[in-house]
Amino acid sequence: MTSKSAIAIDKARSEGRAALIGYLPAGYPSVEDTIAAGIALARNGADLIEVGIPYSDPVMDGPVIQAATTEALAKGFSVRQVFDVVAGITAETDAAVLVMTYWNPVLRMGVDEFSRRLAEAGGAGLITPDLIPDEAAEWMEASDKYGLDRVFLVAPSSSPERMRRTVEASRGFVYAVSIMGVTGARSSVSAAAKGVVAAAKEAGAERVCVGLGVSNADQVAEIAAYADGVIVGTALVSAIRDGGVDAVASLTKDLSAGLTRK
Amino acid sequence: MAEAPTAGSDDGSVDAFLQGGTSLRHAPGPYFGSYGGRWMPESLIAALDELEDTFEKAKADPEFTAQIADLNKNYSGRPSLLTEAKRFAEYAGGVRVFLKREDLNHTGSHKINNVLGQALLAKRMGKTRVIAETGAGQHGVASATAAALLGLECVVYMGAEDCRRQALNVARMELLGATVIPVTNGSQTLKDAINEALRDWVANVGHTHYLLGTAAGAHPFPAMVRYFHEVIGEEAREQILEQTGRLPDAVCACIGGGSNAIGIFHGFLDDPSVRIYGFEAGGDGVDTGRHAATITLGKPGVLHGARSYLMQDDDGQTIESHSISAGLDYPGVGPEHSYLADIGRVTYEPITDSEAMDAFRLLCRTEGIIPAIESSHALAGAIKVGHRLAAEAGAEGKASDKIVIVNLSGRGDKDVATAAEWFDLLDKDSAEAAIGKEGEQL
Repeated sequence: MTSKSAIAIDKARSEGRAALIGYLPAGYPSVEDTIAAGIALARNGADLIEVGIPYSDPVMDGPVIQAATTEALAKGFSVRQVFDVVAGITAETDAAVLVMTYWNPVLRMGVDEFSRRLAEAGGAGLITPDLIPDEAAEWMEASDKYGLDRVFLVAPSSSPERMRRTVEASRGFVYAVSIMGVTGARSSVSAAAKGVVAAAKEAGAERVCVGLGVSNADQVAEIAAYADGVIVGTALVSAIRDGGVDAVASLTKDLSAGLTRK
Repeated sequence: MAEAPTAGSDDGSVDAFLQGGTSLRHAPGPYFGSYGGRWMPESLIAALDELEDTFEKAKADPEFTAQIADLNKNYSGRPSLLTEAKRFAEYAGGVRVFLKREDLNHTGSHKINNVLGQALLAKRMGKTRVIAETGAGQHGVASATAAALLGLECVVYMGAEDCRRQALNVARMELLGATVIPVTNGSQTLKDAINEALRDWVANVGHTHYLLGTAAGAHPFPAMVRYFHEVIGEEAREQILEQTGRLPDAVCACIGGGSNAIGIFHGFLDDPSVRIYGFEAGGDGVDTGRHAATITLGKPGVLHGARSYLMQDDDGQTIESHSISAGLDYPGVGPEHSYLADIGRVTYEPITDSEAMDAFRLLCRTEGIIPAIESSHALAGAIKVGHRLAAEAGAEGKASDKIVIVNLSGRGDKDVATAAEWFDLLDKDSAEAAIGKEGEQL
């Protein structure tokens, strides 16, 4: 099955660099801004874009993303608008656009219905921070039916057996959590990240991207040396909060400078 | 513990059970029918596996079960009494009403059963720190107590608004050596305290155990928390047989997350003649939108690690719950309750704030027992059940032949200010009135 995420990562690889994946919460500060920021991401060096669905109980997110998604919800963001964001970005760019979502909003809409609408909007697949393959039977079926990528997470605490099963269940890439913790900028990249990538590769993963705590070009460069992609979230959310779409464009340009493997 | 068939491992209908089929006791999880499971970040799965493994080994270890039995007897004060409430019963259709006195346990509620068990497991895993969530502060106080007893560091997450309203419970936890961290994000309620505790756990899982306070969350929590509370139902069953020579007609408990309820229900799940009732917080009324009647009005979803009934909007966002009782003010419910509701083994009904407070005052005045407002929901439910049983008995015999057990899950000392405000007992200018208005629980 073709994978939009894999194609985007492989294209970066063919250019001798790691892929850049940028996260934006949908509806923050508005749906239009998220689309504009997504386009700016893609035009300034991001290969994949991760659009987050604001959720009432985001247990894997730190204060910056929590504040943004809480504000989006307070302004009346509704889940179906995520498809407008995905369609708006894919209409203007070649970036692979994934949706990052806690699982209950998908369950509520219906896994099949959600998947169908995501595919229709041109989405590449889903990143699922609180769905493990053990509980994903319905999602495995729907993602096959609609040709969507299944990005599961692996962590420093994942056993070799779980690593193997998660890699096997994933399509597109595997999301390696760099640190035991929640989202948020950190001053240095955890030493654990390299080990998680190695373990995922050992378990058979073809593409492993690293996220959590990455906020500047030096950190991107450090990770690009051993991973297939680098995921930046909180730093971009701070940028759009403080400087709008222009700040997203300029931060993306800075970050992408770190991608080329030296 | 005896091995028993898995509840919900097959089609598990209650009819099959009533015909002598599947036992509903000792359901091991992770699934209860289609509920339960592990809807959790991968980062925490290894810790859940470690906990499950430690718990399974401990259950089979006579040294562990002896430790629990010793603490229950010599620290908590178990077995708790089963007290017949004769004057109260006159208001419940004249049936016989018995109170399972969890209010007499150390720290004043059933919560102590679970915290001692989990704190011992934390020690077995070599963990030196426990974290807990709390709404009104009852589970936080119990956790701080267990941590003090066993020499563990304790951090309690509590909504900032709750910290302000429950200043004395914050002081209690701090007296016991715990650190209380106010949670200022999200809706600043119990569910957000759980979110924050989960974030702490992800970051500190190497040396930290998350001492979850109710029979909800990811496997093994629902089955494990129930295990530590099963003693309630086991004692109650033995005591009612001893005092009356037969099983009760009905067992009643209040339900927030559902830990006291699952504890007492467990003793009677396999007794087909015993009707079982769980009473949810109906708040201002289930038609007002301001309630916590999760099973009555919620829809299945996933929150905090388990699939279960959930108060959610059309987008799957969690809806804030409302109840006069902080301990029942939670938009989710333990997965085993969702299963027992679906198969019809347990009947779940809402009780409004007003019904609960009437029952609260009635028990004070008829029995000289001040119940927790949580438990007052069970008392109000028992009054309804008593009248129904009496109506049935009308045709065939005497109401006083019918027996109802109510789990009196906690004492109401903490609720005196709320109750005084509710019943307008305070001088308007008194300091207590000002506190009561803010929901302070003394």
